[in-house]
Amino acid sequence: MCTLEKRGDLFLLTLTGDDEHRFHPDTITSVLSLLQQAKSQSTRGSVLITTAHGKFFSNGFDLAWAQSAGSQTGAVNRMHQMVESFKPVISALFELPMPTIAALNGHAAASGLMFALSHDYVFMRKDRGVLYMSEVDLGLPLPDYFAAMFAAKIGTSIARRELLLSGKKLKGEEAVALGIVDSAGQDSAEGVVEATVSLGESLAAKRWNGEVYASIRKSLYPEVCAMLGLTAKIAATP
Amino acid sequence: MCTLEKRGRLFILTLTGDGEHRLNPTLLNAIHSAITQIRSDPSSPHSILITTSHGKFFSNGYDLALAETNPSLRPVMDAKLRSLVADLISLPMPTIAAVTGHASAAGFLLAMSHDYVLMRRDRGFLYMSELDIELVIPAWFMAVIRMKIGSPAARRDVVLTAEKVTADRGVEMGIVDSSCGSAAETVEAAIKLGEELVRGGVDGHVYGGRRETLLREVLDTIGSDVSGSGGVRISGSKL
Repeated sequence: MCTLEKRGDLFLLTLTGDDEHRFHPDTITSVLSLLQQAKSQSTRGSVLITTAHGKFFSNGFDLAWAQSAGSQTGAVNRMHQMVESFKPVISALFELPMPTIAALNGHAAASGLMFALSHDYVFMRKDRGVLYMSEVDLGLPLPDYFAAMFAAKIGTSIARRELLLSGKKLKGEEAVALGIVDSAGQDSAEGVVEATVSLGESLAAKRWNGEVYASIRKSLYPEVCAMLGLTAKIAATP
Repeated sequence: MCTLEKRGRLFILTLTGDGEHRLNPTLLNAIHSAITQIRSDPSSPHSILITTSHGKFFSNGYDLALAETNPSLRPVMDAKLRSLVADLISLPMPTIAAVTGHASAAGFLLAMSHDYVLMRRDRGFLYMSELDIELVIPAWFMAVIRMKIGSPAARRDVVLTAEKVTADRGVEMGIVDSSCGSAAETVEAAIKLGEELVRGGVDGHVYGGRRETLLREVLDTIGSDVSGSGGVRISGSKL
């Protein structure tokens, strides 16, 4: 389902297997646990790179699992459960005491895109993979903390409209032009991972204090933090 | 520490001497006096403020060495800078920072607290150094940063990579209005811009009022941020 490996200073979190890497309660629990592991093992110079195998980075929540509840109410409850239990994953990313980089091997949709954007840097492939907020096409509302994240990370109203209201499928170069991702220069999954490793190593070389890094990150996004119930911990020492 | 001269309708505030122009209580008091003097001048609603400096530095931030020896001065410096920035926001005239040297942390903040930022291209950088020296960035600094740096990626680059932003990169990021050849050319360009603005016939009181409205959020955060004085450390000192 997902693995965490260490390559020098870099933690590599991989959503494994050739499936859609949908966020289901079990996946959510596993990812959260691996993020907590990375946090507990973090030192100066640690960096997280998150990627996945196959055609998808993540295609969002497991809607099939929600539907298999057998009733409309049951399905809605399961959706709600996933939306709520996903918050700690986003919080964990926000509190992670190290720079975070998403290396998109493929498509990132809905909560999969939310997951990607919750990283400090997002790299896409040039040749494959789209960003897609599928909710509008599926008739689903946007969770409030998703909306806060997109508002904070996507700077122009045009870019937000394209992604959130128009239900557009954005390829790499378009996503860079709209300021949604940092780079879409690579023509393969290996290429994009390599590019993020390169960035990761240059960030690692700074040997930043992870607690300070996380604190500054949170202060950059006060509305998102408020929605996640995160406060910037400021502990003054004499 | 600082001088104030008047050239026609231009008030030129210069941080003098070859030092780092660290924003310690003494310098902050001196700047405050100069601003008070500007306000009391009858020509002020039809004037311009240009802030510049001598030497290698515009300002290298708070006097952290002083704060190490006397920690009670940390909140004092923070309070005085807040007061100065609020003063600049309500000042009844356009303000121009002619950045002729490095501007780091609180020094960067001071430059950004002007309406226009002109900067020399040949040397010097804007540097939100906190991450590199293990300090958190106060919420009120962040309010100024969010107001003055429009792109989320640029804000991230400034605070989360502690990028050393040259003038041309600053123009790209929308932090700097224009880059100029040298220190002298930067000041000249600021004077030229100032004279243009004077010719435009600004009513300073209206101008200052509108700026306050535009930067209302910043003023509110300056007033309410009690999360910490500037220069709060998370862990052991690196100095």
